[in-house]
Amino acid sequence: MTVFQSRISPASDAYQTNRAEMLALVDRMRALEARAAAKSDERRPVFDKRGQLSPRERVSALLDPGMPFVELYNMASYLVDDPDPETSIPGASIITGIGYVSGVRCMVFADDAGINAGAMTGKSVDKALGALEIAHRQKLPFIHLVESAGADLMRYTVELWAHGGGMFAGLARLSAAGIPVITVLHGASTAGGAYQPGLSDYVIGVKGNGMAMLAGAALVQAATGEVAKDAELGGAEMHAEVTGLVEYLAEDDAHGIEIAREVVAGLGWPSGAAQVPDYDAPQYDPDELAGVVPVDYRKPYDMREVAARIVDGSRLLDFKPGYGPATLCLQARIMGQPVGILANNGPIDPDGATKATHFLQAMDQAGTPVVFLNNTTGYMVGTEYERGGMIKHGSKMIQAVTNLRVPKISLYVGASFGAGNYGMCGHAFGADFLFTWPNAMTGVMGGEQAALTMEQVARRTAARKGFPVDEERLAAQRAKITAHFDRQSDAFYTSGHMLDMGMIDPRDTRRVIGFCLATCAEGRARDLRPNAFGVARA
Amino acid sequence: MTGEMDMTQITSLLVANRGEIALRIMKTARAMGITCIAVHSEADAASPHVAFADRAICIGAGPVGASYLSAEKLIAAAREAGADAVHPGYGFLSESAEFASACMDAGLIFIGPGAEAIALMGNKAAAKRRMIAAEVPCVPGYEGEDQSADVLAAEADRIGYPVMIKAAAGGGGRGMRLVEAPAEFAGALGLAQSEALSAFGSDEVILEKAVIRPRHVEIQVFADRNGNTIHLGERDCSVQRRHQKVVEEAPSPALDADLRARMGAAAVEAARAIGYVGAGTVEFLLDDSGAFYFLEMNTRLQVEHPVTEMVTGLDLVALQIRVAAGQPLGVAQEDVTLTGHAIEVRLYAENPAQDFLPQAGRIALWQPPVGTGIRVDAGIASGQEVSPYYDPMLAKLIAHGASRAEALERLIGALKDLALFGPASNRDFLLRVLSHPEFAAGKATTGFITDHLPEDLTTLFGSAEIALAAALIYRADQAAAARASGVAPELLGWSAQGALQARLKIAADEAVHDLRLSETGGVLTVAGGEWSHQVTGLDSALCVDGTRADLRHTHMEGDCLFLATGARIFEVTRIRAGASAAAGEADGQITAPMHGALLEVCVVVGDNVAPGSRLAVLEAMKMQHEILAAAAGVVTEVPVAAGTQVKAGDLLVSIDVEGGAA
Repeated sequence: MTVFQSRISPASDAYQTNRAEMLALVDRMRALEARAAAKSDERRPVFDKRGQLSPRERVSALLDPGMPFVELYNMASYLVDDPDPETSIPGASIITGIGYVSGVRCMVFADDAGINAGAMTGKSVDKALGALEIAHRQKLPFIHLVESAGADLMRYTVELWAHGGGMFAGLARLSAAGIPVITVLHGASTAGGAYQPGLSDYVIGVKGNGMAMLAGAALVQAATGEVAKDAELGGAEMHAEVTGLVEYLAEDDAHGIEIAREVVAGLGWPSGAAQVPDYDAPQYDPDELAGVVPVDYRKPYDMREVAARIVDGSRLLDFKPGYGPATLCLQARIMGQPVGILANNGPIDPDGATKATHFLQAMDQAGTPVVFLNNTTGYMVGTEYERGGMIKHGSKMIQAVTNLRVPKISLYVGASFGAGNYGMCGHAFGADFLFTWPNAMTGVMGGEQAALTMEQVARRTAARKGFPVDEERLAAQRAKITAHFDRQSDAFYTSGHMLDMGMIDPRDTRRVIGFCLATCAEGRARDLRPNAFGVARA
Repeated sequence: MTGEMDMTQITSLLVANRGEIALRIMKTARAMGITCIAVHSEADAASPHVAFADRAICIGAGPVGASYLSAEKLIAAAREAGADAVHPGYGFLSESAEFASACMDAGLIFIGPGAEAIALMGNKAAAKRRMIAAEVPCVPGYEGEDQSADVLAAEADRIGYPVMIKAAAGGGGRGMRLVEAPAEFAGALGLAQSEALSAFGSDEVILEKAVIRPRHVEIQVFADRNGNTIHLGERDCSVQRRHQKVVEEAPSPALDADLRARMGAAAVEAARAIGYVGAGTVEFLLDDSGAFYFLEMNTRLQVEHPVTEMVTGLDLVALQIRVAAGQPLGVAQEDVTLTGHAIEVRLYAENPAQDFLPQAGRIALWQPPVGTGIRVDAGIASGQEVSPYYDPMLAKLIAHGASRAEALERLIGALKDLALFGPASNRDFLLRVLSHPEFAAGKATTGFITDHLPEDLTTLFGSAEIALAAALIYRADQAAAARASGVAPELLGWSAQGALQARLKIAADEAVHDLRLSETGGVLTVAGGEWSHQVTGLDSALCVDGTRADLRHTHMEGDCLFLATGARIFEVTRIRAGASAAAGEADGQITAPMHGALLEVCVVVGDNVAPGSRLAVLEAMKMQHEILAAAAGVVTEVPVAAGTQVKAGDLLVSIDVEGGAA
């Protein structure tokens, strides 16, 4: 493999402009994350009064210090319940991600009781289902730090309730699959939420605050007239002594988390990670990823410049570079792990599609994980390409992507439009991990293209019917369509709607991919001890 | 060679001592082909001197009266082992005329002077009378047999204030009182007498004119049975704390060749006057005019003998054994030359922050320094318990150099380099002494510590040191997790969502620090309540806010981290969430939540307690912490008493919890 020779100078104006624009978007992402944290922190006086840690403090205390953590769905719910970009809070009242607990890679899932008392948002169920599914697929012990008011009755929808059952099904499936579920009851876990501890393999209850009950005092009084106290209905102490729902009683939040860490340590969970092989860092600093890509996807660039800043030694083996040249098939290593990289330098043509299909099948044959670097406006259209079998070849590529058995890690780096998104392992194509850069645009097509398409349709209709073209109306329609499409294509919108697993700083791309590759490798190497019904809380 | 009289071959030697001196004696004896027999108390069974010896005999329980001070047991041990000779070392029975006689009676060679010389020099009054007779300069004073209060008061007036009252049988500063004015005399006399009585069994005192801020200069003398009496130069032991020597050096910065010759001659005369045989030390006070006065004579090997060995190149223990075996010294006065300079410090297990309170406990790590010109006489090993029964001196560090400045530099370097973890020690204090310009200039008198080192030695931890300790714990956790999980090194300290904040609670001294740590790009920020420091680098290259931490040693045992920087040895204890509360709840074992002084113990065995009952009050960080019962039960054990110092995790109260919760 040869070391890629970059043509980009970090001193150039173009680089500096790209970098400034990209970092402004990263700042926006960080500001949104900070908005969620700040909102949560508004409840600190309540936490302090109860002697509790804040949800973020709980997560920090649970995780091994100084070990990597990749948060998932950090933008979830942004622009969903609240369409105002200036006030909408991302995160869906949940903090979740993959990190290490007592040296074991785990899925950590914490209710953010600081936001809306931890009540569910429009995307909370999806976020929970996403986390559960990833835990299942990557065989990660699932640790839930519970404090949630449950469903927000003011925002009740019947679908959310029905859909929400999937969370409990997910827990039951994990247990049966041989993946331990550990719950710390930091606060309330009411109504449906009460099944969370019920469906956990290990439950730690925090004295005084931890609670699980089907109905709180208010609902009980409304339902039966009984005047009861919450602690009697479902306090941690009661569950530890009377119902047996709590295995370990903790003095306070920090103690509960310490016990959770001990429980994980006691699992004897094999790390599954082979020794980290020796490898070298990229020759080109991954930090430059913020400047090598124009924020506007319409400006072309060489995706090898991106790959070179992700892979070990910036060494790339180019598969058929002269055939279907806009579709890149690269072989490289990331943190010692061999990978195939499928990337775009523009639209995918029939040659590109056949090349990609061949490449993907070869990767599958060798068991090499595939990384998708999305930057395509789609499959080529036009007579030449239709006659060249674009549909057939594009379909083959989509088929290969869908049915790949090796780990698939997909990144929205720039554009990812139309069926090109499908061929590049978009949302619906079962990527093990799918992250977006903050500049990415995804959708059926670009806003401008959609507007022009509609304009053409209008003009053709007018011409066919002999009407005059109302230019003013057409201009208004064009602007409206462009705005409608662009709003929905924007990474902050798509990530808010959970069409990916999270938004990352482009400069973190190598680390995120390295982390995810190791997660997949460990998961696939792990032999679980599945059972038919899960561990019974008898 | 005129070794014809009473020549005896010593083939087997019992060392009636412990610790560093027992080891030091055995090393020479072994080199001379002599079989080494150690004795030890039950508390010392695992001591290095026991391990070193060819044979070791247990002579009783830990308290000195039951072991090292029992002449009977020592002699029985010597007989059992078939020893030819007994070396008493220093302290214990080394200056007991009775023990010396008992050894002779048992047919054992006592390595020291005759019982008569010991008895004579053991009584300050008698010794002084004898020295005056021999025209050895003595401090003007009173050493008469009339001990009535009136006579003593009148004598004090005659001598002129200030006067010193000293126990005639004493030593080591006990039974000693400085009296500035006549009005204080009666009270001070009473105290000195009662102290003397309890310490030495005799309340006889002598009076001396107090020499203010003198130097303490002593002459090492050696005499064989052939009448060859020589001196090996002086040792300056002026740096003392409450009459306990702290630093000793040879030669003295205050002596020139002429004064050395005069003092040497006086010391040799003193030894000759009493027909002294073997190693002895004549102590003098030297005032700033160059006048010197006989203080006392020690009839044994001195603690500080290594400085003399290093400048003379002689092995004093070997000479002692030769002389005891009836051989001639083989060294004439003109053969003795002093080369370079040597300085010794005594490393004690004592806490300067608590008025030098002796410390006991397990030595977590002992790593002596090495280097050119460095000698370490130690009797300890990692893992050994320092018992409360004995003198807390653990080791002596001696540095030799071509000049005083070089010796001092080497000694400071060696002190900075050693690791002594576990019981608190005076290491940092020694560094402060040695680094003081007054000492460096060779001007220290016996008033040095009082005059130049502040009374309050409680040096609170700086936040930079707390940050350093926290960073080490964080890195250790990180390394352990990385090892367990095989994570790629470049992912350490990274999170896709920016720096995560880890929390760490540690106890240092008596303070508890609740810390927040976050890492970005290899820079670890450690924040306490009011402060924050950035820690960078790894291992020995750790920097706090860009300044090298000068970290020399670290050692981790469970939740305890010991650190040695070039300036300070300290330890921090990690406090894990709910650990003590949970343990106390579960099994009724109530432990100290942090280091502190136990002010009050509110329960006794048999008491019934309810949840919330006050069990004890602990004072730490100037705050009183109530220790409360977590559950109802009956007190079954209270192993601690009010007024004692406890460490985090020490058991305070044991409760048999009702309902048998286990």
